[in-house]
Amino acid sequence: MPLSEAMVFGLSGALMFAYLPFVKLGGMPIVAYRSLPKSIIKGLQKNLGITMKMQTFSQPQKGREALDTLLAQGKLVGAQTSVFWLPYFPEEMRFHFNAHNLIVYGQENGEYLISDPVFAAPVRCEVSALQKARFVKGVMAPKGLLYYPQKIPAAIDYATIIPKVIRKTAKRMLKTPVPIAGIRGIRALAGKIGKLEREDRRYAKLFLGHIVRMQEEIGTGGAGFRFIYASFLQEAGSLLDSALLRETSVMMTSVGDQWREFALMSVKAIRGKKSRSLDFSSLKMKLESVAEAEAAVYRKLLENRLG
Amino acid sequence: MEQRKVPQHNISTYANNKKAMYATDENGKYCVVASSGWDVEEAVTKQALRELQRLASEAHSRVSSGEASPLYYHMYARRMDPQILSESTGIYKWRIKRHFKPAVFAGLSEKIYRRYAEALGISIETLCKLPERVNSSAE
Repeated sequence: MPLSEAMVFGLSGALMFAYLPFVKLGGMPIVAYRSLPKSIIKGLQKNLGITMKMQTFSQPQKGREALDTLLAQGKLVGAQTSVFWLPYFPEEMRFHFNAHNLIVYGQENGEYLISDPVFAAPVRCEVSALQKARFVKGVMAPKGLLYYPQKIPAAIDYATIIPKVIRKTAKRMLKTPVPIAGIRGIRALAGKIGKLEREDRRYAKLFLGHIVRMQEEIGTGGAGFRFIYASFLQEAGSLLDSALLRETSVMMTSVGDQWREFALMSVKAIRGKKSRSLDFSSLKMKLESVAEAEAAVYRKLLENRLG
Repeated sequence: MEQRKVPQHNISTYANNKKAMYATDENGKYCVVASSGWDVEEAVTKQALRELQRLASEAHSRVSSGEASPLYYHMYARRMDPQILSESTGIYKWRIKRHFKPAVFAGLSEKIYRRYAEALGISIETLCKLPERVNSSAE
């Protein structure tokens, strides 16, 4: 069953937005553009009928034995880790971010063989280092999470699943009751930016930088996963021969481009001279227009029959 | 984003690595393009690194002037803050803050030292000393 990365991302219902002002990561609130690994996997199971085995461990030693056993059986195993404790990451990329994901595919001379989505080529990691990265504690702690497919269906009923999952994602983004999730979350973040004026200048600049990092540094494909989702919509459009899906793919691409324009504006503000005051209101307005453009995509998806 | 607009800025924070970007080709079809980085991303990564460096340097001078214990420096040198250190050791933040006092820190048990040393990925010997130079890094 060949599935593209974009297809897996889209059909797991992973796309989202959340701004959690009360959960701090290195002094900064969490800004997320996709769901947590665990819920992405659950989405895959539910939507695609893939049975995934997921395990977390209270004892690190048990977690290591489980991984080694699975590798000995020749399995490819997904694992959630911290970024900071992975020695193959360059110094410049090592931050305390705990929701990173990679695939372990073997073991050789006291090292794990790893395929890491951040790097084009396979990497190696000392056994003890991966162990530390898997069992770091704190916000979004991986608890040694391992996952691998147990049962894969022979065929997928795209005509049913695609419209269902897309509608669900659009609904969640558009009609959430929580004021910090989905489109409302983007607007809440824009509101916060508008109030940054009251904050210390250094904090305000770090806050803007933090949003851009969460958008571009974390994850796959750029602009906070909006491009990979646009790619999914396009592929779904071809599979179901739906002009509407192809059209929304183009719209979503433009949303991603606008997120990048927002990033560029933020960096210009960060770089601005000391003497110049920061223009928070234009940044706020830009982000509000991004929210509006993104909402338009979901509205279009909800208002029309898909496929 | 169009394929030809995918930035290839060879940014220093990628350390010669490339990341996959989703972009459209001349026919509007999505494809995966390897990017050597966007200077916007480089700017914000470097900003964050500079901030960590600043915190480590400030901590270093506070420890060297006897205002704070070596723990205070090592926490920032490992790119942590009291919250992350508390979560990774299981020690309450208020206790950690007490341990920032040189006199309190000097009298801690071997067990507590070990918990800190393990969370920071350094030896107890290193934990109890202040290095001559600031080193805010993962190594």
